[in-house]
Amino acid sequence: MSSTAHTHVAHRDDYGSRMGMWLFLFTELILFGGLFIVYAVYRYMHQQEFHLAAQELNTTIGMLNTIILLTSSMTAAMSITALQKGNVRFSMSLIVVTILFAGTFMVNKFFEWSAKIHHGIYPGSKELVMRPEGEILYFGLYYVMTGLHALHVIVGVTIFVFVLVFMKTGTVNQTAYVKLENAALYWHLVDLIWIFLFPLFYLIH
Amino acid sequence: MVNVAGPADKIEPSFLEVSTNKYKGILSWLLTVDHKRIGILYLFSMMTFFSVAVVFGFLIRLELIAPGRTIMGPQMYNQLFTLHGIIMIFLFIIPGLPAVFGNFFLPIMIGAKDVIFPRINLFSWYLFITGGLIAVISTMLPGGSADTGWTFYVPYSVRTTTNVIPALAAAFILGFSSILTGLNFVTTVHRMRAPGMTWFKMPLFVWGLYATAWVQILATPIIGITLALVIVERFLGVGIFDPALGGDPVLYQHLFWIYSHPAVYIMIIPAMGIVSEIIPVFARRTIFGYRFIAFSSLAIALFGSLVWAHHMFTAGMSDTAQFVFSFLTYAVSIPSAIKIFNWVSTMYKGSIQLDPPFLYVLSFIFQFSIGGFTGLMLGALSVNIHLQDTSFVVAHFHYVMFGGTGFGIFAAMHYWFPKMFGRMYNKKVATWAWAITTIGYNALYFPMFIMGYLGMPRRYYDYLPEFQPYHVASTIGSWILILGLIIMFTNLIVGMRRGKKAPANPWGGATLEWTTQSPPILENFHTIPTIEKGPYDYSQFEIPAAKEAQ
Repeated sequence: MSSTAHTHVAHRDDYGSRMGMWLFLFTELILFGGLFIVYAVYRYMHQQEFHLAAQELNTTIGMLNTIILLTSSMTAAMSITALQKGNVRFSMSLIVVTILFAGTFMVNKFFEWSAKIHHGIYPGSKELVMRPEGEILYFGLYYVMTGLHALHVIVGVTIFVFVLVFMKTGTVNQTAYVKLENAALYWHLVDLIWIFLFPLFYLIH
Repeated sequence: MVNVAGPADKIEPSFLEVSTNKYKGILSWLLTVDHKRIGILYLFSMMTFFSVAVVFGFLIRLELIAPGRTIMGPQMYNQLFTLHGIIMIFLFIIPGLPAVFGNFFLPIMIGAKDVIFPRINLFSWYLFITGGLIAVISTMLPGGSADTGWTFYVPYSVRTTTNVIPALAAAFILGFSSILTGLNFVTTVHRMRAPGMTWFKMPLFVWGLYATAWVQILATPIIGITLALVIVERFLGVGIFDPALGGDPVLYQHLFWIYSHPAVYIMIIPAMGIVSEIIPVFARRTIFGYRFIAFSSLAIALFGSLVWAHHMFTAGMSDTAQFVFSFLTYAVSIPSAIKIFNWVSTMYKGSIQLDPPFLYVLSFIFQFSIGGFTGLMLGALSVNIHLQDTSFVVAHFHYVMFGGTGFGIFAAMHYWFPKMFGRMYNKKVATWAWAITTIGYNALYFPMFIMGYLGMPRRYYDYLPEFQPYHVASTIGSWILILGLIIMFTNLIVGMRRGKKAPANPWGGATLEWTTQSPPILENFHTIPTIEKGPYDYSQFEIPAAKEAQ
């Protein structure tokens, strides 16, 4: 931590680091919580229109993305076990696989969004503004919530890239792996939020 | 118990002379990870913002001295009260106690060498400065600074052509800074307490910070996402808060106050902690009802998170919701009252020493009680209809935030000044400054209660001539207050540079920070202390060099 020339003693507390990460995850949950409140209110007000709008999303791509994210969470968890057992190379390649899964998720997302935008469904578009209020709100929330989630995917990938560098330099190793653990915790959160987003947008009826 | 860290005359270089990095001068401060230096960075940046916002407040008051145009136009007036609010709330009062005195003293008071994440601590200061600079820069961009009020209510905040987006972004970043400070403190309290420092041996300021830190962590993300939604709304027109597209502006108000009401407790709970520290020291008595004060902090944090809609009684809500929120508003006054009773009981039969920190605490109790009682009036549904959006509300929250927290900050500055800078200010001047600020303060805000009750709306640029006497009294009060502030700050700055050397324990405090030398060494303690007694145990305590301090 605060390593210095003379006095400041390096202080390591893995339990404390994990605790800090969990607290941070709370804040992330509440950040999305605000959006879930908005979603709940508007869906309550416009149940029928939310249902109709939801049918326009591609459930297949959504499900595919769910499977991809869940699997990537597994590979992230496996990379910790691999590092704990001292297999640094295997651990690193598992992280790379996780990042690749994340990339695939984003590519799918990109196609999904661009298909919608191609059909003229995006915030403020002429096509969307003509529709009933519930559908405008549904797609507004769809873009905001999956967009914020996608931002978190990008942040998660960035964190994993940093951890990879730390593993390369040896800062993260068999005995000091809390950074990898925290990165994986963050990744599980990204996964968890998607688990709620998927049914709320793709599967409602 | 505690190892007394050397005599009053310094034997070791303090944290002001030894840095945590290899740099000298300004860089040794800008790159420091020492919690004490970060606290001082916060202190100076915060005081700068405070001074700017005081000037804005002064100008607003000056404009209101007479009906009609006095020194500025209505648009300028709207922008000034918006900036005054944003700076005072997000850059002064919310970070005030946790980021300055919490950073400096929390680790020392629990017998630790630093907070648990020193680098995140420094990062949060940079976020604070970034947010502050964005807010300042937004005022200079074409379009002018935001004119929405600090509450950014939609739909106006979506439609105005002023620079709302930078102001929102600034508040968002400042929220993130606040979250990181809270996260640091909760983890530090859990993990870094010295051996023997059980939960119920923690000083009450630490309890206050701990409760506050939870609110910072759990409430701030809501304002983050809400402000972000307004930004998105302005950029893309998603419609979430736009009635034309089906959105609901009242929903914005709910989300805004879900954070912003708990934020009031982020401001006040640490100040209550300060009061709980100062009273036992200057009354020379153990605090009365330690556990009640500690738990009441948590109770305030809990109840305070459930009363947000009392800001919206006239905005449109079901009767049931109104009753519930009004009831909870009354409930939150119970833990606050518990604290007041305990403080007063602590003073009973104490041998009270009227030093400046204690005087500021007395002002705190007086003004906070007025603020609290008027808060109950506003929490009553029938009265609220009459008083909503009048200057009665303005007076109420200034009595709590400025009269309470602001004076708590002044008390903390005077109490811990000798520890932070190793020097003493002129106590006589400080006492005068206290008297003048207290008189000026009450002269400034008390008339607002009366004119608000008579129907003077808040945030109005112009008013009927019948309100003028109150406005004149209030404006004159603002001059007295500012005079007091100038004397106070000049005295402190002079003391910082030329004051007498302060001993390690000038007031006779029993908490851990007074066992370190003044100013503390880089690592606070030579050896981590082992704690056997409570923080306010004076049974075997010699009243130290209180007389020689000045």
